[in-house]
Amino acid sequence: MRRILMRQMKDNQSGTIVNIKANGELGRRIRDMGLVPGTPIKIQGRAPLYDPVALKVLNFTLTLRNREADFIVVEVDE
Amino acid sequence: MSKTPVIALAGNPNSGKTTLFNSLTGARQHVGNYPGVTVEKKEGIYSADGVRIRIVDLPGTYSLTAYSLEEVVTRDFVVNEKPDLVIDIVDASNLERNLYLAVQFLELGAPLCIALNMVDVAEARGIEIDMDRLSRHLGVPVVPTVARTGRGKRALMETAVKAMAHKGQAPLRISYGDDLDGAISEMEKEILKNAFLTQTYPPRWIALKYLENDQQILSKGRAAHPEVSKHLEQQVRKVSDHLMATTGNAPEALIADQRYGYIYSILKQGVVVHKKARDRLYHSDRIDKVLTHRVVGPLVMVLVIFGLYHFTFTYSKTPIAWVEYLFAWIQDMVQAFMPEGMLKSLVISGVIDGVGGVLSFVPLLLMMFFGIAVLEDSGYLARIAFMLDRVFSLFGLHGSSVMAYIVSGGIAGGCAVPGVMATRTLRSPKERLATLLTAPFMNCGAKLPVFALLIAAFFKENESVFMFAITLVAWAGALLVAKLLRVTVIRGAPTPFVMELPPYRWPMLKGLLIHTWERTWQYIKKAGTVILAISILLWAMMSFPRLPEDRGTSPGFEKKAASTSEPLPFQEDPSPSGQALPEARRAQRALRHSIAGRIGVALEGISRLAGFDWRVNIALIGGFAAKEVVVSTLGTAYSLGETDVQDSTPLSEKLAESPGWRPLTALSLLIFTMFYAPCFITVISISREAGSWKWGAFSILFNTTFAFLLAAALFQIGSWLGY
Ligand SMILES: Nc1nc2c(ncn2[C@@H]2O[C@H](COP(=O)(O)OP(=O)(O)OP(=O)(O)O)[C@@H](O)[C@H]2O)c(=O)[nH]1
Ligand SMILES: [Mg+2]
Repeated sequence: MRRILMRQMKDNQSGTIVNIKANGELGRRIRDMGLVPGTPIKIQGRAPLYDPVALKVLNFTLTLRNREADFIVVEVDE
Repeated sequence: MSKTPVIALAGNPNSGKTTLFNSLTGARQHVGNYPGVTVEKKEGIYSADGVRIRIVDLPGTYSLTAYSLEEVVTRDFVVNEKPDLVIDIVDASNLERNLYLAVQFLELGAPLCIALNMVDVAEARGIEIDMDRLSRHLGVPVVPTVARTGRGKRALMETAVKAMAHKGQAPLRISYGDDLDGAISEMEKEILKNAFLTQTYPPRWIALKYLENDQQILSKGRAAHPEVSKHLEQQVRKVSDHLMATTGNAPEALIADQRYGYIYSILKQGVVVHKKARDRLYHSDRIDKVLTHRVVGPLVMVLVIFGLYHFTFTYSKTPIAWVEYLFAWIQDMVQAFMPEGMLKSLVISGVIDGVGGVLSFVPLLLMMFFGIAVLEDSGYLARIAFMLDRVFSLFGLHGSSVMAYIVSGGIAGGCAVPGVMATRTLRSPKERLATLLTAPFMNCGAKLPVFALLIAAFFKENESVFMFAITLVAWAGALLVAKLLRVTVIRGAPTPFVMELPPYRWPMLKGLLIHTWERTWQYIKKAGTVILAISILLWAMMSFPRLPEDRGTSPGFEKKAASTSEPLPFQEDPSPSGQALPEARRAQRALRHSIAGRIGVALEGISRLAGFDWRVNIALIGGFAAKEVVVSTLGTAYSLGETDVQDSTPLSEKLAESPGWRPLTALSLLIFTMFYAPCFITVISISREAGSWKWGAFSILFNTTFAFLLAAALFQIGSWLGY
């Protein structure tokens, strides 16, 4: 088990959210979408220019920019 | 007499609110498969079995904070209008996230009923939901529905009518953990003791909003009870400092976590069973593997956009021609049967040209909106935004901005009116405003005749290079100005791009048609009235005052002098041009004598800086009606008689020979035409979409200044370099 930022995750890699380091509007929008500690996620892919990133959360696909993914700490298996 | 009960439809974006609304009320409504399309509140009447209920479609929201307009609208409606019932449309295939909103309605104490929608999708995905259990845990009725087919609609309304009868359920109380619960109950006591906002909101909810740092509630609280508010804020600061020190997060983070925790604890008690592996790929994901693929994705996108463009602009040509024939025919009738005089000139040049101009856009708009509706409802538009966001975010815009740019003429030949209206699919307010203000810089179909004229006159050898360069200059200009606006008048951090990619769905024809027609009708209604007024005004400016020798005589040529307001070229009668008829000379003098002419002459002092004489100035004033009018007005100003917009060869020869003209002048005029004030139909659309006439005025003033600075700089530097 290792903790990394969401930006560093590879395509198709799975993990579990550990922490959202943002407060205010950004933190709010991220959490509203169900990204709270304990939620499993999986990176689905990235846009052709490597930003934004698309991930599977619960049953839907969410996209966010890398600068936003930098606030999300994820625990991944090696 | 009791008044008609009200039911509000709320729910996450894309959960099917509008579809259900349409099916309940039969009203025309906007349905989109793109998160957050419905921004306005829409109403309709449901009547069946002797009950009449007012139904309100609220904007889609994920939460009830005060961060976005949609959320404030929804919350205020529920709190202030106190609907008899809120039906929360919950997407059964995304239960966890959708219940997050439901829980917040319960905490607010809203009378709630849950429509568990999209059960068909949930079934297909192997998600089984025990409705009775869910209903018992939440304490509200839950009814399964499929809004798309109308399944469950009757049962839902029967349950809703029953639920309305016994209202007044106590607000839900969730435990937020030891750290927060203590603070919350202390704050609650204080709120109750002082009757602090309790007329409107439940006390515990107020405490929560203080902890969440909710700006709307904070400012209401400060206004109502400054002392109490101050004390509450102190308490919040204490808890907040403690939490920040121990967990590194603000109270609002913990609150969100606990809300989700509450939802998971309910779902775990046998409410949901997943019969298929959860991380399995859905159809949508498979399609995305191709359509958002690094290489294939952009290729397909280019094809799709090009296809949309081709479809719209090719197939709308014929119906546009019909509309134009119709108006040309009406014009001929008036020409033949009305007595000569100013009134005739007004009817022909002011009224018929103006209204004809508006209506000749309609076929184009219908096609364009239909195409966009397909992209939106199928879910593909969200993918376009996803793929292009990187580029657009550099300039302070959003991936979805691309649609507006392209429709406006990002591929030369579009139209800014549907372009500006296409910005509705943007959810971020600042990005949206910047997009709609810069989209008119693109080279719409009406600017092309002007460019063609100038290029033919001065740059004939490099025609295709010039056309391509013009497109690049327009894009560069639009993006750079967008950036400029985003660091000045529309300043502000980028709206977080936390966007859902909705699953691909087959669009429903009914939804598409409703959607298309609504948008087009809005255009006809609003644009029609104002445009008539403005085109009459422009006509008057170019016709009055009349030449002294014409007063009292029949101004038969007036039509030519002021044949202006034609957003799309009417078929002109093949008039012999090129020969300087005495009548054409008179038209020129009459034009110079008019208000527009006088303005043109008066502005010469300044406009010389960019190389424009009074003739060009008048033409540019006329271009405010529609850009291609620049060509016909130049024709009159150079006393060539009527100039066909489609074939301006005589005019371009004339310009090339004129002593005042050289390639640099043409280049300067080209740049100016590209960037100056949008035509007034666009200005009206901008004002409406931006929600204020100020932005319409801004686009006139700012764009003209900007264009003039560019043109003048080009002309001055060019002249200095000896061109
Ligand atoms: N399969 C299925 N599709 C549905 C159902 N209800 C709605 N849809 C589709 O879901 C999409 C979104 O529906 P809308 O009614 O526009 O959703 P909305 O909640 O109004 O969305 P916003 O206005 O964006 O907040 C459309 O393509 C509908 O056809 C359903 O019960 N089953
Ligand atoms: Mg809707």
